[in-house]
Amino acid sequence: MLGALIIVFREVIEAGLIVGIALAVTRGVRGSRQWIAAGVLAGVVGALLVAGFAGQLSAAMAGRGQELFNASVLGLAVAMLAWHNIWMARHGRELSRELSDVGRAVASGDKTFLALAVVVAVAVLREGSEVALFLYGILISGESGFDVLAGGFAGLGLGALVSFLTFYGLVIIPPRRLFATISVLVTLLAGGLAAQSAAFLQQAGVVTALSSTLWDTSGILPDNGLFGRVLHTLIGYSDQPSALQGVAYLGTILTIVIATRLAAPAPRRVTAMSAPAE
Amino acid sequence: MMKFGAKLVGGAFLGAALLAGSALAEDASLSLSIKDHRFSPAEIRAPANTAITLTVKNLDKTPEEFESKPLRVEKVIAGGGETTVHIHPLSPGKYRFFGDYHEATAEGFLIVE
Repeated sequence: MLGALIIVFREVIEAGLIVGIALAVTRGVRGSRQWIAAGVLAGVVGALLVAGFAGQLSAAMAGRGQELFNASVLGLAVAMLAWHNIWMARHGRELSRELSDVGRAVASGDKTFLALAVVVAVAVLREGSEVALFLYGILISGESGFDVLAGGFAGLGLGALVSFLTFYGLVIIPPRRLFATISVLVTLLAGGLAAQSAAFLQQAGVVTALSSTLWDTSGILPDNGLFGRVLHTLIGYSDQPSALQGVAYLGTILTIVIATRLAAPAPRRVTAMSAPAE
Repeated sequence: MMKFGAKLVGGAFLGAALLAGSALAEDASLSLSIKDHRFSPAEIRAPANTAITLTVKNLDKTPEEFESKPLRVEKVIAGGGETTVHIHPLSPGKYRFFGDYHEATAEGFLIVE
């Protein structure tokens, strides 16, 4: 039972963290929970579809279907996160002012909710399909009993707990700091997902360049252990990354940082003068 | 955002098409199967500095995930299914792979020499 619990929990940590971050980002904004919930639901449906058609997906595109699919959905998530950060930088001034208001309703925020919902859906879809396959395997094998299945579901429950802990860990940060914290979190998250996407392109044999291993820290901090897995999601830690993964990671972070800087409106005199009057 | 996704997939297709022609000729081909959550053979050999195409057949009814950190492979194989894994050229050494869903029994090694 413990074995199944750990396998499932390890898979859902990433999705759990991302859901928690998305909830914290949109906290208090009307309608935001529905968007995140819709993202989770879409992810679950997608995960079941991917699990159900695992054989066909794997055989598609000359046996590269699974890798190309994973690389594409991860790329989509990276684009959404980048776009979200740029949007936040552009509208950050208005947002942080409204953060102190209790019943704030950011009318123009709908598009970023959609972006976050897509990110949540992708995370749930990827991890969820593996969990679904694992639990399905237990069910049809008949060799392992009910307790293994129970362990699997307990692992899912722990994943949900990670979401709540992440959410409450983030929302105790004062609103002014939360804004900057989230921007850093989202950037690192995007870098890590871009590196994962690059790994799938290499695995598919689509990209053969830069395949050398940058470092091997699997003996010190394996990235499939619980702590390694959390770092893997939050900052994109990998214990045996390829050079291409390193390039994708740094390139994505650099691109988002520069784009965010460019998007942020220059501080205007008018705002500076009107501020003390409030 | 749809455009971006479409471009990405399109680019990947193009890349796959370009590489499929050139890479096949020099690849080393290996195969193994999974039965009762064990790899057979549990040890496979390949030449060094050569790209490897590994075919994995899953003879079990249950799905398995073929995984290896040093080989950087993570791939689901449906029950009764078969899949191809592309491995980058390796330096001589012993590389471990395992079945993520049954790690206790499904373990094997790729020996590169």
